[in-house]
Amino acid sequence: MLHTVNKSPFESSSLKTCLSLARSGSDVLLIEDGVYGALAKSAHAPLVTEALEAVRVYALEPDLKARGLSGDRLLPGIEVVGYDGFVDLACANDKIQNWL
Amino acid sequence: MKFSVMVNEGPYTHQASDSAYQFIRAALSAGHEIFRVFFYHDGVNNGTRLTTPPQDDRNIVNRWSELASEHDLDLVVCVAAAQRRGIVDPDEAKRNSKDGDNIAPGFRISGLGQLIEAGIESDRLLVFGD
Repeated sequence: MLHTVNKSPFESSSLKTCLSLARSGSDVLLIEDGVYGALAKSAHAPLVTEALEAVRVYALEPDLKARGLSGDRLLPGIEVVGYDGFVDLACANDKIQNWL
Repeated sequence: MKFSVMVNEGPYTHQASDSAYQFIRAALSAGHEIFRVFFYHDGVNNGTRLTTPPQDDRNIVNRWSELASEHDLDLVVCVAAAQRRGIVDPDEAKRNSKDGDNIAPGFRISGLGQLIEAGIESDRLLVFGD
């Protein structure tokens, strides 16, 4: 299952809720302000680090760039993908949950 | 693969219209089919042709219309959400005695049944909103 999260964890609890409900083996894609959840040095980093043991976490590159965030500021284990990668994830997972 | 997309946020509000548009572009260029784009809640504001953004800004409404024309997309605006927000086509304008219509080219007004059908007919349904 693919989950997308579009809110910053500083603004909304949707990332936390998503990660608490996502089953092992799920894909979680951070888009829009959700990409702030990918930051290594943030109060929410431990939550995401723990989740990375069970799920794959991706961050959308154009949304990272739009916020001045580069790959070296992200948690290790987070994969950066473009919109083509977003489409591939949507194809690879037969169910999609968009957390808004 | 057959995709449908639901847009629940107006243009220039946050980012949902842009994200949905970019996703659809990427899906089309990868050879996938877009069965329908359904605009609901404030998303119906994507369908008014009367918007006039600054010239150096993207024109979100025209961008939808152009994409629809290029790829024969079905852009559907929810009728009840549209009526609340003053999005009208010629038929709705007449039916409700309005002095004009404002639906943008490529958009049509219909009901929630179109969303349900999109969910049934498509392999994947994605929701963009705020």
